[in-house]
Amino acid sequence: MIKVVDLYKSFGTLEVLRGVSNEIHKGEVVCVIGPSGSGKSTFLRCLNLLEEPTSGEVFIDGVSLTEHGKDINKLRQKVGMVFQQFNLFPHMNVMENITLAPVKLKGMSKEEASEKAVMLLRKVGLPDKDYEYPNKLSGGQKQRVAIARALAMDPEIMLFDEPTSALDPEMVGEVLSAMKQLVVEGMTMVVVTHEMGFAREVGDRILFMDEGIIAEENSPEELFNNPKNERTRSFLSKVL
Amino acid sequence: MIMKIIGKLSDEIFFNLIRENRYLHFVKGLGISIQLTFYAALIGGAIGLLIALARLTNNKVLSYFASKYVDIIRGTPVVVQLLIIYFAVFASVNMHRVAVASIAFGINSGAYVAELIRAGIQAVDKGQMEAARSLGLSYSQSMYHIIIPQAIKNILPGMGNEVISLWKETAIAGFIGLEDLMRGAEIVRGRTFSNYTPYLVIALIYFYITVMMTAALGKMERGMRKSD
Ligand SMILES: Nc1ncnc2c1ncn2[C@@H]1O[C@H](COP(=O)(O)OP(=O)(O)O)[C@@H](O)[C@H]1O
Ligand SMILES: [Mg+2]
Repeated sequence: MIKVVDLYKSFGTLEVLRGVSNEIHKGEVVCVIGPSGSGKSTFLRCLNLLEEPTSGEVFIDGVSLTEHGKDINKLRQKVGMVFQQFNLFPHMNVMENITLAPVKLKGMSKEEASEKAVMLLRKVGLPDKDYEYPNKLSGGQKQRVAIARALAMDPEIMLFDEPTSALDPEMVGEVLSAMKQLVVEGMTMVVVTHEMGFAREVGDRILFMDEGIIAEENSPEELFNNPKNERTRSFLSKVL
Repeated sequence: MIMKIIGKLSDEIFFNLIRENRYLHFVKGLGISIQLTFYAALIGGAIGLLIALARLTNNKVLSYFASKYVDIIRGTPVVVQLLIIYFAVFASVNMHRVAVASIAFGINSGAYVAELIRAGIQAVDKGQMEAARSLGLSYSQSMYHIIIPQAIKNILPGMGNEVISLWKETAIAGFIGLEDLMRGAEIVRGRTFSNYTPYLVIALIYFYITVMMTAALGKMERGMRKSD
């Protein structure tokens, strides 16, 4: 579904990704862990071209993202993204946040899109917040609205960049359970996270990134219980 | 003593305002000054928007010229710009002086407005554009639906202040022979030989209108904060 081939990314002279290759299959949940600054966010952001790779290729359903002449906006509709800082649109209420893109891009009527938004809000556990503005919501509620907003475009894959890192501890659970609901429904997901419990529980595969490469990759059981790489071991000993 | 002051005051008022209907110079001047401010604000707003967009594009040439425009306008006195535009640019065309001055003030104001707009857009969190683009919205859709509405809240207060500055800056329109409020005071003073009374009169008028505009601006800002 997503294929990444030999991805390099530099910011000026700083080499952030130094040859990342991987393939993410339909229905798979891939968790990305690793120390801060190792390039996890940059890797994730290359998957929907929020960052332009310096070299290498990203294919979505066999179509190259980086090749010129492709309609990047169309391709991005297939890839939902959830940010650490939520990035809800503060001048729009919850309903408008969720319905904007489907109405503008999928030609949905307002009623259709609203019905769908109501369904999605119920799914993420926020049935009665349709007309609230984001600044009236808690962090956990904001992040669940952000998930609903991304789902409203019917993406084939969802990218999460540390979705719980900006939350107070008591709100982490509600966001993780909304994400687990997606896992149950078979959504393809790439999740950058520091929640090792979550990664171990729902991940089909764990990528450990360090200094711009995937230093180790394995099933959760193997990677957490039996890390092969010295750096993986030292990272895990610090976070577990 | 008090009688003497009152007597002097009423003389001044009589000579500077009432005799030969001299108040008409102030009324007519006020009209010109208001027109100049109004048209210059419109022209400045339009130029400012264009220059701001030019500065924010990825087009290096456009962005370079836009930034030079801002530098040059902000680096030279308005009165010099006004005279150059009047004598050099519009010398050969027979254009109404109000139009020429409005264009000159608009060109000047546009540079400041451009900076306001640019700063207002750049103050919108970067994550907003990323969230919009990640949903599949194009750059211009994201600007229109997400960035501009938020930027307007950052920009409006500064725009109000810009109009208030313009209002006061138009007092140099007499340099190209326009009979604005300032020039009106000078004409009256030339007749009455009063030391300063005509200037006091226009100072009051300038001040009163500034106070009204400031109050309107404050009301607008409070309204905007409520909708947050
Ligand atoms: N837009 C950018 N410009 C310059 N440097 C950046 C930019 N984005 C990220 N970096 C740098 O790239 C490195 C990797 O960042 P990131 O991918 O965010 O790491 P992680 O998500 O693993 O913490 C960091 O050193 C960061 O400072
Ligand atoms: Mg990160």
